[in-house]
Parts: sequence; structure tokens; C-alpha cells
Amino acid sequence: MAETATEFVHAADRAGVRRTRNARRRKTEQVFRVVGMAATMIGLVALAALLIDLAITGLPRLSYAFLTNFPSRRAAQAGILAAWVGSLLVILVTALIAVPIGVAAGIYLEEYAPRNRWTDAIEINVSNLAGVPSIIYGLLALGLFVYGLGTGRSIFTAGLTLALLILPVIIVATREAIRAVPASLREAALGLGATDWQVTRDHVLPAAMPGVLTGVIIGISRALGETAPLITIGALTFIAFLPTPPLQAQFPFVSLQWLSDPFTVLPIQAFNWVSRPGNDFASNAAAASIVLLVITLGLNGVAIWLRARLRKNLKW
Amino acid sequence: MLDGAFRAANGAGESALALAKIAADGINVHYGAKQALENVSVQIPSNAVTAFIGPSGCGKSTFLRCINRMNDTIASCRVTGHLTIDGHDIYGADVDPVELRSRVGMVFQKPNPFPKSIFDNVAYGPRIHGLATNKADMEQIVAASLQKAGLWAEVKDRLGDPAMGLSGGQQQRLCIARAIAVDPEIILMDEPCSALDPIATARIEELIDDLRQSYCLVIVTHSFAQAARVSQRTAFFHLGLLVEEGTTEQIFSAPRDTRTQDYITGRFG
Repeated sequence: MAETATEFVHAADRAGVRRTRNARRRKTEQVFRVVGMAATMIGLVALAALLIDLAITGLPRLSYAFLTNFPSRRAAQAGILAAWVGSLLVILVTALIAVPIGVAAGIYLEEYAPRNRWTDAIEINVSNLAGVPSIIYGLLALGLFVYGLGTGRSIFTAGLTLALLILPVIIVATREAIRAVPASLREAALGLGATDWQVTRDHVLPAAMPGVLTGVIIGISRALGETAPLITIGALTFIAFLPTPPLQAQFPFVSLQWLSDPFTVLPIQAFNWVSRPGNDFASNAAAASIVLLVITLGLNGVAIWLRARLRKNLKW
Repeated sequence: MLDGAFRAANGAGESALALAKIAADGINVHYGAKQALENVSVQIPSNAVTAFIGPSGCGKSTFLRCINRMNDTIASCRVTGHLTIDGHDIYGADVDPVELRSRVGMVFQKPNPFPKSIFDNVAYGPRIHGLATNKADMEQIVAASLQKAGLWAEVKDRLGDPAMGLSGGQQQRLCIARAIAVDPEIILMDEPCSALDPIATARIEELIDDLRQSYCLVIVTHSFAQAARVSQRTAFFHLGLLVEEGTTEQIFSAPRDTRTQDYITGRFG
């Protein structure tokens, strides 16, 4: 009898404890909800403020003439023709070098290389390289390409430098995408008598392509915004001419001269204008930044569209 | 009822053994330091279904994968002993595993069609081996393979559709058609029905019985009822050893080894 009463009291105690604990847990939950929301908003609001400020300062300066004029001492007449053409050409060279090499390295490391201490070391170092400050790549390129190999302060050197910079990103993304391809797909093809290369080419790569493209997008976006390594290798800040056109009227009609021409790129042009006194050049810089943003988003858009198309081709 | 089936099948099992297609002699398989198969010797006849049964992890799939050298793809795996097909050592220095696998087809546990169209799934094997000289040729091979796999009637109007849209049972029959398209002599099946419902399983089992006429079939299953239904010969594996091997009737009605008996009567596994 007495025992039953004690137990009853204990049960009531437990219910009380549970109630107070639950109230406290709910409060913790509320607090985290608010903190999380605040953290998200800080990021979003700051970004939005930045974009709005950029648009207010830069949009009035945007015009057809701004895109087709060379830089000038007079802010109102200055344009970004050399800069955006330079940016596109440098990125073209970067992509042509970095994508095939990065994807090939990723495939080799994932599909062919033996697993041992060497490949482990390579794996760790490739990931580390992705985090090396870009100025280091600039210094390396200055010593190795500009002075060592004599490639000059050219579009080719710039493309090569940025390619080195984004190679780790592409290699890591390629490896991750390949690793995500189910083993059953490889076995299916091997079981039919496909060679390792046929398995890779016909099945693994197509299945991994969307992931590879994501890596390419991230890499290209990073390269487009880089300034430091290009200044290091001697990009010019004032260019009043375009590189040699790749297509010529005379035989042999195609010219690679543009690769060894001097250049500038959009972020360098913007940086140069920002450091000048006066509001007029500041709005030029903002307008150039908007164009850079549009090019980056445009290239990303193309890559995302490509990725969606590739996914549709895969009939999962 | 089972007895009748055994007697009918028994004849095929006994007479076929005279012409062993696959002969294994003292096969050992190691994964690193761990031994997965110990001294396995067995003869497998043509134009018959041989079933490997046994509890999970007993080495039956490992042995199956020795026959088309799929174990080569696992870096830590080491195979010793003699394994011959038509008297020719398939682990010999002159044997190209890629060429071997075009003669020894494989169907896997989980249906694994390529993420391509139904047509391209079946056409892939003939394409890489150059079996078709033109488009009409290829269409003929694809149609014939799908017919042999009993899938033609269901897919003939939608060969361009994604293979992943088929049901599980249809996908597995597509995988069988894909294997047949390369014109192999041997077809290995690694628990081909374990991911399928009973109706799809029954269809695959019927198909296996049809295929027996033209191929040497080896099927791994942990359902001994399935082994009893589809096979003429049965080999029982346990803990990396081939415990007992013989006609399916003998294994199921008069097992010599107590371990086989215990497994078949459901005492373990």
C-alpha cells in the first residue's frame, strides 16, 4: 500500500520533470531557429546590398559605347572592349588546357592508378593545391612561363596560369563524380567483354559528366574573377588595341598570333578604375563589374544547360 | 511432385557430365590475407543448368566470378589452381580476360541495365565486339536476343525507350538479352532473382530452362527451392569449401554430407 503511494508520487515527479524539460527544449529550439534565420539573412542582405549598390552606381554607365570603346583618360569616353575580349580569350585558353588535363588526371587517378602511398600522397596534395592562394600561382607562372619558357606577358601565359589554378578543382570534382558512378554499371560493361577504356568512355564518363561539369563551372567562375596572378605575370592595365583576330582574310586564314598578344581582363580593368580618384571612374568600375558578373552568370548558364541536356541523355 | 522433376532432369545431368565444359581443379581464392575459397574442384557440363547453393559468404559467388575472371577487377584478389573451359586454361598467360568475357556472359544479382535505350543496351555488346556489319544486321541481333530472353513481345514497339523505365523483372530479362547478344557459350547468373517478385522470378526460371538447350548455364542461388526447380546439377558450398556436388536429385534426396543435409533440411542458412 505504502509502496504504491510512493510509486505514484514518483510518477507525478517524473511528469513534472518532463514538463519543465520539454519547455526548456522548446525554448532552445526557438533560439536556434532565430539564430539560424539571422545567419542566413546576414549573408543574403549583404549580397543584395552589394548588388543593388553596384547596379545603382554602374547601370547608368552601361551602354553600347561602353562595351565597344577602349579605355580613355576621360571617364565618360572610357570603355571595356579590350578587357572583355581579353577575359573571354584568356578563359577560352584556360578551359581548353584545364578541362582535358583535369578530367584525364581525374580519370587516371580514379580508374587506373593503383591504390598505394604514392597515390594517397597525390590525392592529399591535389586537394591542398585547390586551397593555395592564387598569388602563388602568379609567382610560379612569372618564373616558369614568362622567364623560364619565354611565353611572355601574353594571353597564352595567362590561360596557362589560370589553368594551373583551377586544375585541382576540376581534378577533385572529376574524381568525386567518377566515384559516384555505381559499381554495377562498370560490372555490367566489363561482363560483356568491354575493355577498361571502353567502360570509362562509354559508361563511366557519360554518367559522371554532370558532376564533372559542375567542377568546370566552379573552376571557370573562379578563373574569371582572378586578378592577382595575372597582374603578377604582367597583364597590362591600359590597352587601346585588340588581340590579332584569329580569322584572317589572307592565307592561311587562321592565326594563332592572338595567343602571344598582350592583354587585360575585366577584373584588372575594374581594379584600375577603382583606384583612380573621382566618382566617374568609380561608376566605370561598377559597370565593368556588372559586365563581369553577366559573363560569369552567362557561362554558368551555358554549363548548367549543358548539364541538364547530358542528364536527359542518360536514361536513368 | 519434386521427385518427378528430378527424375526427368536427372538424365540430362548425368549424361551431360561426360562433356564437361568447365573444369576446375584445386581453385583457391584469397582476398588479401583472407581465404575465400579452398581447393575447389568441380566439373560443369554444357547444355545444362548447374546451381551453386550455400549460405551467404560461403564463396559461391566468388567461384562464379572466377569463371569469367571478374575477380581480376579486385586488386587484392588472388586466384590459384586450374580452371579450364573446353580444356583450355583460362588463367593462362595467353588468355585475354576481355576476350574471355565475351564467351562467358554474366547476369548480376541486381538488374543493371545501362542508362540508355532498350535497343542500345542489347546492341552494346555486339557493337564493341564488331559482331554486326551494318544497321540491319544489328537490328536482327537485337531482335533475336530479345526474343530468346522472352522480352521481345513486351518491348518491340518501344525499343528507343529508356531501359530504366522497365519493371525489375523486365530489366533482368533485358540483362539476359544483353548477355545473349554477344553470343556466349556460358552464361553465369549471380542470384538473378533475388531482387525480383515471385511472378518475375517464375518467368526468369522458365527462361533459364529454355536457355539450357543452347548454353552452359551456371546459377548461384541461396534458395535451394530454386536450385531444385531449375538445375540439373547442384554444388553445395560452405565456408569456402565445395562440400558436395552431384545431380540435383542426388543432392536433394540423398545428400552424402551431413552439412548438406542440415542445410537442405533448413537447420541453418
